[in-house]
Amino acid sequence: MDGHFWAIVKRDIKLSWLGGSTSSMVVAFFIIVVTLFPLGVGPEQNMLARIAVGVIWVAALLSCLLSLDRIFQADFEDGTLDQYALGPLALETVVLAKALAHWVTTCLPLILISPLLGILMNLDDPAFLPLIYAMLVGSPALSLIGTIGASLTISLRRGGVLLSLLILPLYVPVLIFGVMSVESAVMVLDGNATMLILAAITLFSLAITPWASAAAVRLSLD
Amino acid sequence: MHKFANPARFLRISKMITPWCFFLTIVTMVAGLYWGLFIAPEDYQMGASYRIIFVHVPAAHLSEICYGFMAVASVVAIIWKHPLADQSARAAAPVGAVFTALALFTGSLWGKPTWGTYWIWDARLTSELVLLFLYFGYMAVWEAVEDRTKAARIAAIVALVGAVNLPIIKFSVDWWNTLHQPASLLRAGGAGLHPDMLWPLLTCILAFYLFFVTVVLWRIQSLIIRRQIRGLQIRLAEEERANG
Repeated sequence: MDGHFWAIVKRDIKLSWLGGSTSSMVVAFFIIVVTLFPLGVGPEQNMLARIAVGVIWVAALLSCLLSLDRIFQADFEDGTLDQYALGPLALETVVLAKALAHWVTTCLPLILISPLLGILMNLDDPAFLPLIYAMLVGSPALSLIGTIGASLTISLRRGGVLLSLLILPLYVPVLIFGVMSVESAVMVLDGNATMLILAAITLFSLAITPWASAAAVRLSLD
Repeated sequence: MHKFANPARFLRISKMITPWCFFLTIVTMVAGLYWGLFIAPEDYQMGASYRIIFVHVPAAHLSEICYGFMAVASVVAIIWKHPLADQSARAAAPVGAVFTALALFTGSLWGKPTWGTYWIWDARLTSELVLLFLYFGYMAVWEAVEDRTKAARIAAIVALVGAVNLPIIKFSVDWWNTLHQPASLLRAGGAGLHPDMLWPLLTCILAFYLFFVTVVLWRIQSLIIRRQIRGLQIRLAEEERANG
């Protein structure tokens, strides 16, 4: 059981390393989106510092969204997903393994590069650590919720736009508490209540999303 | 419940009900709106501009009720595979989206004279806007998926996921807003509405409910008929191919 789980995780990570550089493209997209904001709102240092956390979070959401369709798409096309459905592992667990692999290959690089973007956006020094901490806590929810959208749109030819339409409203809570936990950590407000809520959202999506995604995978395999 | 699962029987019964619903909708709508817009007294602070609540509050209320209806219908569709349940949810979605848009529109019309701006990022406005996006997503599924049965099941999952998320979204938007600006603009729920205003408001809400029932029944009927037409067309094409 455990062996199968880690085998899927390892396989997906390996495929992402070998099969082209999707991870690095997502990171490049992340950097470019953040770069657009100073060009759009002007290079004023104070303003950039004020919007930095929000911009980095929004860019992270978009980059994550961009990579969601490859969670199941390739496996659906070459029949691997059918093998998973027949295999010993419950599809719910397969979904969890896929979400974990997606987090490692997409969200983790984003988190690692985000201090650099913080420098570009003139982020206040005390906000760097809380930003990384909040992204570590909140980003698993992005991958998990993302699996719902990815699994619902597997069998669609042009699922990309529909995927964004379905998933972005669901990302709203993560965005709100992701940004707010950094701000309140900097201002030393309310201890870490918002960070705990962010963690609660992640745990809640961990509990709920595998069922929804597995149901969606099953019906696209019919 | 399964007594109404037969589309033909549903069509027969609903065709008997809808004219009455339609009639009652017209009566209560005219009565409620006339009562609210012309008879009810003016507000001592806002003057006549408050009268938009007779459209705004029912629309906002129905926008949430409608999503709840879709969620319940989707549960029924998933668990019992009830053939009319997903058609009901599908029929209700555009109605709910229009209610949501109407609530946002009337709200911003009211906001201009009262707050001095058409839009503020108030918690309720924001969560209503997100609700509108959820409706769009649900409707887009029916547009995007060609296989009807598959579309029905995907849409049901989408509606349920949205229904689970709605309270969370509402909660986070509330929290976000109270930190960003004090909630001084909206007094909590207009506490203690005067009976002279309350009764026309309740009449309008009833009218909107009846309107909702009427339109959704109509839309379900037309969805069923459209499916029957499609079935006939397919059969016709098969016969033509067999003959020719």
